[in-house]
Amino acid sequence: MIDLKLIPDGGLGWLDASGPMSNIVLSTRVRLARNLAGMPFNGRSSEPERRRVLDEVDRVWQRSPLARGGVRFLVDELEPGDRVLLHERHLISKELAAAAVERNGDSHGAVYLAGSLGLMVNEEDHLRLQVFHSGFALSQAYADLERLDRDLGSALPVAFHQEFGYLTACPTNAGTGLRASVLIHLPGLVLTKEIAKVLQGLTQVGLTFRGLYGEGSEVVGNFFQLSNQTTLGKTEDELLDHLGKIVRQVVTYEEQARQVLLRDAPTIIEDKVWRAYALLRYARSLSFEETMNLLSGVRLGVGLKLIPKLSVYTLNKLLIYTQPAHLAALDVRAPQDSELRAARASYVRTILEEEAARAA
Amino acid sequence: MLCDNCGEREAAIHLTQIVDNAVTTMHLCEQCAAAKGVETGAGVAKFPLGDFLASLGKPGSAQAAEPGADAACPACGATLQDFRQTGRLGCAQCYTTFEGHLRDLLRRLHGSSQHVGERYAPAAASAGPGPGGAAGPARAVGELKEQLRRAIEAENFELAAELRDRLKVLE
Repeated sequence: MIDLKLIPDGGLGWLDASGPMSNIVLSTRVRLARNLAGMPFNGRSSEPERRRVLDEVDRVWQRSPLARGGVRFLVDELEPGDRVLLHERHLISKELAAAAVERNGDSHGAVYLAGSLGLMVNEEDHLRLQVFHSGFALSQAYADLERLDRDLGSALPVAFHQEFGYLTACPTNAGTGLRASVLIHLPGLVLTKEIAKVLQGLTQVGLTFRGLYGEGSEVVGNFFQLSNQTTLGKTEDELLDHLGKIVRQVVTYEEQARQVLLRDAPTIIEDKVWRAYALLRYARSLSFEETMNLLSGVRLGVGLKLIPKLSVYTLNKLLIYTQPAHLAALDVRAPQDSELRAARASYVRTILEEEAARAA
Repeated sequence: MLCDNCGEREAAIHLTQIVDNAVTTMHLCEQCAAAKGVETGAGVAKFPLGDFLASLGKPGSAQAAEPGADAACPACGATLQDFRQTGRLGCAQCYTTFEGHLRDLLRRLHGSSQHVGERYAPAAASAGPGPGGAAGPARAVGELKEQLRRAIEAENFELAAELRDRLKVLE
């Protein structure tokens, strides 16, 4: 079992809800895809080549002032549960976790974490630089990431093409290699049934949406990840500005939808959010999906100031810690599904009771 | 399934629309969809990777000087066939080996193949002479001229003007 205390902030600094609009926009993530020149991409790399990539990156990372106080995890050496744990914290991708198994422990996959910065090595691309910020903070997040990119790029030979830009294993990432996404909570638009229109509009302006865990994941608890679809032909600033403009607009729509709900159906909404709270506070068995949906209701209640004295930080924390590997980490017996549900309900109850006691 | 509009050709495009909260699905052939402006509506095709991969099979669709689907990248051995199967390229050199195909694909995916963002700037000592490697004023001028030529070709005049200004400074 890895000691998560080693990770600065547990890699979860963004949970503190300190960022702009953090009641609706949970987090901002920006990533850059980079590959080392003269080395095959990871789909065709040999074990010694992957080791060389890791060695080279390691050397440069250790020298970077940005790495101070950071940690490194070698994915091959992690226990399976720990890989899931890091994935649940969005610190490593599903692909990186899976590579260790698929390559029988010689994937040489690694993740470096320092402050809000992260660096995955030997994922689909040799390097995936990422940064997390609380709330809606695209330009701050990118500024941090750019520093890391410059540090690494000044010391590593990076695959770059004069016309196509940064070269990536998948052409959908070529050019800037930049994918910016915001995790946004849109219960108002879902309840007023406006969401389909909004999502359709997004795809028409070159953006895309995904579920809580990014590519290929389901939408649960009214949480959506909005991100840029294209990465080439626009500058980084243009891509971020465009996403930012649209996100601001979506936030405005969401706020309007919430006001409509409060105006037209105040009792129904109030009942809905308090029922969600009551279930979370007293239920004895909770599935992950149900928990996400109830948390969504409570979050809406907090946003509308219907439920006082409950912090967005607590809601964010529940979102992360009620996931299977996090519950399993609390309880050393590898629990069966029914036990997991009971453990989840018990954890949620404890946290909400503590918060209520503090508020009283 | 036949096209809802002409009833003659096989439907290839399945368009789901949400109008006033009612979901309607239309099945159209390519011609009717094009006539209704469906395909061009989004600016960027929805599944360009699939279109592109399918087009690889058709003779004469690639540029004349391009290698065929079974030609291998000299650096990593990957073929277009491999790319078609995995959706992933083998190495950076593949972008040069299959340049024509990829330019086409990148334009479909992103609406452009010309990178205008941050440029890789290695410290002078560490860069190898690989693709996109070390520069020098003469090389930079050459590259800018090449980019300028491409920008004009692509009718990207805004970029062309910027490149021309940068060239003036260097020369």
